[in-house]
Amino acid sequence: MILIVESLPILLKGTLVTIQLTLAGLALGLVIAIPVSFFQVYGARVPRLVCSIYEKTFRSIPLLVLLMLIFYGLAEVGVRLDPFVACVLGLGLRSSAYQSQIFRGAILSVGKGQTVAALSIGMTRFQTFRYIVFPQALRFSIAPWTNELTVVLKDSSMAYALGVVELLRQGSYIIARTYEPMVIFLLCAAIYLALTLFANRILAFVEKKLRIAGFETREVVH
Amino acid sequence: MNQEPVLMVVDLRKKYGTTEILKGVSLELKKGETKVIIGPSGTGKSTLLLCINRLVEPDSGKVFLEGEEITSKNAHRMRQKIGFVFQDFNLFNHLTALDNVRIGLIKVQKLPKDEATQIALEQLRKVGLADKVHLYPSQLSGGQKQRVAIARALAMRPKLILFDEPTSALDPELIGEVLSVMIDLAKSGMTMLVVTHELGFARSVADEIVFMENGVIVEQGPPSEIFTNPKVERTRQFLRRLTELYGEERR
Amino acid sequence: MSFAEVFIQAIPRLLNGLIVTFYMTAFAAIFGLLFGTLLCVWRVYANKVVSFLSATFIELIRGTPMLVQLFILYYGLPVYGIRFSPLVAALIGFTMNSAAYQAEYIRGAIQSIGSGQMRAALSIGMSKWQAVRLIILPQALRRVIPAWTNEFIYLLKYTSMAYIIGAPEMMAQAKFIASRNFEFFKVYLITALIYLTVVWISSFFFAWLERKLRIPGTVVGER
Repeated sequence: MILIVESLPILLKGTLVTIQLTLAGLALGLVIAIPVSFFQVYGARVPRLVCSIYEKTFRSIPLLVLLMLIFYGLAEVGVRLDPFVACVLGLGLRSSAYQSQIFRGAILSVGKGQTVAALSIGMTRFQTFRYIVFPQALRFSIAPWTNELTVVLKDSSMAYALGVVELLRQGSYIIARTYEPMVIFLLCAAIYLALTLFANRILAFVEKKLRIAGFETREVVH
Repeated sequence: MNQEPVLMVVDLRKKYGTTEILKGVSLELKKGETKVIIGPSGTGKSTLLLCINRLVEPDSGKVFLEGEEITSKNAHRMRQKIGFVFQDFNLFNHLTALDNVRIGLIKVQKLPKDEATQIALEQLRKVGLADKVHLYPSQLSGGQKQRVAIARALAMRPKLILFDEPTSALDPELIGEVLSVMIDLAKSGMTMLVVTHELGFARSVADEIVFMENGVIVEQGPPSEIFTNPKVERTRQFLRRLTELYGEERR
Repeated sequence: MSFAEVFIQAIPRLLNGLIVTFYMTAFAAIFGLLFGTLLCVWRVYANKVVSFLSATFIELIRGTPMLVQLFILYYGLPVYGIRFSPLVAALIGFTMNSAAYQAEYIRGAIQSIGSGQMRAALSIGMSKWQAVRLIILPQALRRVIPAWTNEFIYLLKYTSMAYIIGAPEMMAQAKFIASRNFEFFKVYLITALIYLTVVWISSFFFAWLERKLRIPGTVVGER
């Protein structure tokens, strides 16, 4: 239908914003998650506790509430944030909590025997982490991280509530003019689907590149 | 003396991908006979059994139970008449021993619950587990699990029972209890086709030994012949290797 | 207004909204389980056509945002004359969405059971469907309990989305209160605290429940 052809460019503008939101949110989450997971595994009692509270809190609040808190909370202090930035912050904080759990799980999955063996040939704790634990943990992380990517991608649609003009909102603008909600929303869904499949494909490729033959076993973490 | 064989297998063939596992196997079992299949691992012995009750579809060949051909269409009805004991027991993990034996009677043979319970208890008593009927598989030893599996197969009153390496997954001390149940079964007149490495069992109870290798039957005959004077050189080699490894006496 | 004042003013309405939130969560979790089991059985055990259709449905739902699905149900369907109230649209949307995810958790549970159980069931003469109903599903559903409780908590949080299409749950109540007393931050903070509390309590409750039922610990799924 002509409508589809005409709407596509507009929707793709929105898609660009969606992709930006997703990548920025993931990046922020990654930057926060790495130290958090590190402290949770290797830290002393207090940092461990603080990190625990951090990640449990951000995994217990709905994203929508978090977005509202950031947007309105900062407004109260006098900082008027661009909705886009507020969304990136919200997505990032939420994602950091989940990513920290992914990394923590991955690190713990690397058998204790590995660490012991590394130390026994004289490596320092840091070297052990850098050369032995980290490379293995990285490979364990890829699959769940791919999942997290799709979660953030889909959650980015909630930026709609703050008025960010991402894919979904562009769609609703078109509908306001053309009154074809079904067609447009299905088109939006199709674009999300395409993005998800594309992202999965790329990360599967990365996983393949990093794969080591026979390296399937990992200890069960409870 | 019954003329018609209980089981007739005619020229079974099965390929997995490009590998031919069964290359035309035929055999017969008369009522009350116990035949034991021996041979190196991976030569199609398990596949043969699985093809007989059609848990695996053969590529060609036919199987007849008491004259009636087993096809994919009537398989689930025919399986009620063929018992199967697996190497890994495969007891239903969420059911007690009693329920494991009962469920086929109630749900498949549609017997009333009381009658089914009686039959099940009787079978469990026969295999020596009367005091364990309310336990779950995770609470039983390997030997006990296998005996429950045998009871489960027996409860359906099959015409013949297939045993796929029933003791291979058991710790050595537990093998004896399962073998003695199987020996009693054979002596009581059950028709059995057993794949096993247990030569002692084969020697004492088998009416005929079948030596299989590479998907074909190499030689078959009564134990007295096969064990003392095998005709084919390959049979001789295999038996020698086996008795070196496992030893004859195992109890 | 002080925090305490806002709190006292907001709490009654918010708790009312919490009831609706909870209702939507429980509804979607339970009917999602029923429908998800059906979808899963179709995908794993049915013929090629049915299997393909259910697999496609599952992947479509899991590959698109829940908000888009809600919009399609609430704003899209009226084009064909089907009009749902916001609450009903939300219930249908969350249920379908949860069903798709739960179908995958159950499928994982079924795979973890192993093929021996099906073979044993068939070997005593059961039909495939008898085996699924009597042997496979009872074990699979037991293994999926941790994933189900995770799903429940996930839904507790994501039902907040329903406010965007106008369903009267807790977020909507929060907006209502805040747009009258202009204490946006404080009201949303209280809402966040309520969510925190409810999620924590639910987590402890489910952990206790799982210990009580002594389930063999194979965690199958998590969003």
